[in-house]
Amino acid sequence: MNVREFAEKTGMKVLTGDKGLDKELAGAYVCDLLSWVMSHANKNNAWITVHTHLNVVAVALLTEVACVIIPEGIHVEEPTVNKAMEEGIAILSSDKSAYEICCLAHEFKV
Amino acid sequence: MGLSDGTIKMSFTILPDDLTAAGEASSSMKKMLNQLGVSPQLVKKAAIAMYEAEINAVIHGGGGIADIIIDGQKIEILIRDEGPGIPDLELAMQEGYSTASDEIREMGFGAGMGLPNMKRYSDELIIHSEVGKGTSVKIIVNFY
Repeated sequence: MNVREFAEKTGMKVLTGDKGLDKELAGAYVCDLLSWVMSHANKNNAWITVHTHLNVVAVALLTEVACVIIPEGIHVEEPTVNKAMEEGIAILSSDKSAYEICCLAHEFKV
Repeated sequence: MGLSDGTIKMSFTILPDDLTAAGEASSSMKKMLNQLGVSPQLVKKAAIAMYEAEINAVIHGGGGIADIIIDGQKIEILIRDEGPGIPDLELAMQEGYSTASDEIREMGFGAGMGLPNMKRYSDELIIHSEVGKGTSVKIIVNFY
């Protein structure tokens, strides 16, 4: 399943227009320690984090995750959204918790 | 910049106290390596190791300079700062040890994994540090 289909099926809001939506998803990864993410997240994961600053985009690029998912309706700063669009990284926003997002990922066999 | 012997050199200034700009240098190197057709696995290793070093230079070193040399054998990344230096390198290399501020930790950095990650993702890591003078970190990723 790609990022677009997952966002549609789960009713998540895409903050970054149509950028990066065709990337295939392979598993989800939840962590807010950025160095830990860089050493453990896998390519094409859906990365769930509460961080919304610019460095999230840099870490997403380096780890080659398929998209970033911000849980619990946390506001994402405009510079982060702009940078993500520039780099072709999709940021999805969900009202659900990280746990509930993982459950959805499992349900849809991401 | 490409040299006649096929060696490529790049140089970047790392600004102090600007975490938002951190990653620009490693991102530029990553793009260059991709253009050169370096395998994605090696590009990822080099880019993550360099990003960690860049973050450290911003957080601890008061900024610095990154020099990259790519030749037919390896990627060599040298990051230098004129910060306070590392008093106990062995301690600093331990996963989980950190001297970062609460503010930095709240951003998800400063978990004490920067240096261990550099070691994990490089084939060779050479660190020189002198208290009161600064730190230099050389990261080498071999192509073969």
